[in-house]
Amino acid sequence: MPKMNMVQAINLALKEEMERDPDVVLLGEDVGKNGGVFRITEGLHSLFGAERVMDTPLAESGLVGAAIGMAVYGLKPVAEIQFMGFIYPAVDQIFSHAARIRSRSRGRFTCPLVIRTPYGVGIKSPELHSESSEALFCHMPGIKVVVPSSPFAAKGLLTSAIRDPDPVLFLESTRLYRLVKEEVPEGEYTLPLGKARVVQEGKEITVIAWGSMLHKALQAVDGYDAEVIDPMTLRPFDEETILSSVKKTGRVVIIQEAPKTGGFGAELSATIAEDAMLHLKGPVLRVAGCDAALPLARLEDAYMPSVERMRRAFDGIMKY
Amino acid sequence: MRELNKELYRKLYLVRRAEEKICVHYPEDDMKTPMHMSFGEEAVVVGVCHALGDAGQVFGTYRSHAAFIAKTEDTDEFFSELYAKETSSLKGKGGSMHLCSPRHGFMGTSAIVASHLSVAAGAAFANKRQKNGKIVAAFFGDGAVDEGVFWESLNAACLMKLPVIFVCEDNGFAVHTPATARRGYASLPRVVSTFDCHVFESDSTDVEVVHALAADALQRMRKEEKPCFMNLKYYRYLEHVGINYDFEAGYRPRNEFEQWYEKDPVRVQRAKLLRLGVGEDELLRIEAEVDAKVSRSVALAQQAPLSHCSEAHNGVFKCDR
Repeated sequence: MPKMNMVQAINLALKEEMERDPDVVLLGEDVGKNGGVFRITEGLHSLFGAERVMDTPLAESGLVGAAIGMAVYGLKPVAEIQFMGFIYPAVDQIFSHAARIRSRSRGRFTCPLVIRTPYGVGIKSPELHSESSEALFCHMPGIKVVVPSSPFAAKGLLTSAIRDPDPVLFLESTRLYRLVKEEVPEGEYTLPLGKARVVQEGKEITVIAWGSMLHKALQAVDGYDAEVIDPMTLRPFDEETILSSVKKTGRVVIIQEAPKTGGFGAELSATIAEDAMLHLKGPVLRVAGCDAALPLARLEDAYMPSVERMRRAFDGIMKY
Repeated sequence: MRELNKELYRKLYLVRRAEEKICVHYPEDDMKTPMHMSFGEEAVVVGVCHALGDAGQVFGTYRSHAAFIAKTEDTDEFFSELYAKETSSLKGKGGSMHLCSPRHGFMGTSAIVASHLSVAAGAAFANKRQKNGKIVAAFFGDGAVDEGVFWESLNAACLMKLPVIFVCEDNGFAVHTPATARRGYASLPRVVSTFDCHVFESDSTDVEVVHALAADALQRMRKEEKPCFMNLKYYRYLEHVGINYDFEAGYRPRNEFEQWYEKDPVRVQRAKLLRLGVGEDELLRIEAEVDAKVSRSVALAQQAPLSHCSEAHNGVFKCDR
């Protein structure tokens, strides 16, 4: 089995789905001849032609809106937004149409759309090139939000996302693109959306982390008897796996790259409080980014959840 | 020609009658949906929709009563949705502003002006790729032109030579603000004509004129694959939202309305039919049929049970019941 990084795994998932289904089309700024900012679509333009791998005008709202139209009326578009911070002009389209066209039409229309975008820190560039605003999209009913943490997960989840009948926001950690290599099967396999993965079993603390934070969390738990869970899909998230782990350990630390206030960790924390309060030995803790725009690279380490901050949280919760 | 004019009149009258029924019953407060009325724009919408035909696809705005009825003639569905009844296929989740009826080619409407134009361009792309010959007509108001996504969509459609007609229902106001207070240019059609598309304009309230213009647009599109832009002027009779006149609001004088009302599209077409030798008795018969259809639809909707409260949770994702 070949070893791949996440860029190669995503590229392969796109290629295989395009071979399998002629309705799958790609569009975005520079995704065609150029192959995209992060080279995700490299080679696909020459394989499938300009009709299926389209360079669009520099217009996020227009390109996402067009992708929604394509999805609702017969195609399966995968749109790329160059950086998550560039998605904001298209939020109108995502919230006003993609998220609710099924509900609004009472199921007569569906929107099998995937929007892929790199998120989070990774290229030492401030704020709009390093956003982690997943919580915004988790809040809006009608959108699924998927965050792979490894090349294997990325391929299986992206394949599922393309085949899913509903709109999926697929968040790719820029930091992870070329950080990890692992064995990824060629040919078809899928990982179900809405299902979490217990990455390592443990008895004393449940640690929940997604995307690039998972890798830091795995470093940080060394020496603790921690169960580490990767939700993989944030909306709808796998309550069952998370709650059963929490009921076992009674201690929870949630780790997110995004700013703390109103982040997805807050939703997890609230769900745990509602459904597993009496199993808790102490407060649900969050280790998160700062409530500020991501600063320049020199301050990035101060902003990001570090292994040290995670361990302080583990030590804190172990006092209960 | 007489038959075409009769058919156009029947549709104009159907739209007008349905909206008049709304005005009668809306104060009873059983239709709990904000109403953006189409009064005044009937010729524009009926002319384009009739030329487009059953196979064409229509996207509209929050002001789409006329477009929905002109395209579908389904007044049962229309009123049951306004009353949010179980019998509506949308189960009261669309309301006046988000009507849709895919089986009639009425593809959906949006309350965010211009946001549907890129969706319409995407649908046109899907049609082109599927080679199904369908043409999309996307209606929008002149206020939508102020939005960036109008220009993004026009640009993309011209670049990709998409089979879409952009129809500007130009009533001169973005809610209350006139075009002269919003635009850094004098003529929208002149600006759009610098794009690679066919441009048409009219200020006629004669549905036959609009129909002929739209038919011409469709023919040119079929001959030379390029999008079309139509700037069709009309006058909004009522307030932006609601069923009343609003001349006391001070942003427009009543005589402006009166000048346009002289050439009201329904009256213009009726007078023309009489001139063409259609008898008064025949017109009365057409009108009586339409009146009966609309009254029946309203009664059916009023009698139907309300949509079940569980509908509030349904339809978010496919897995839902």
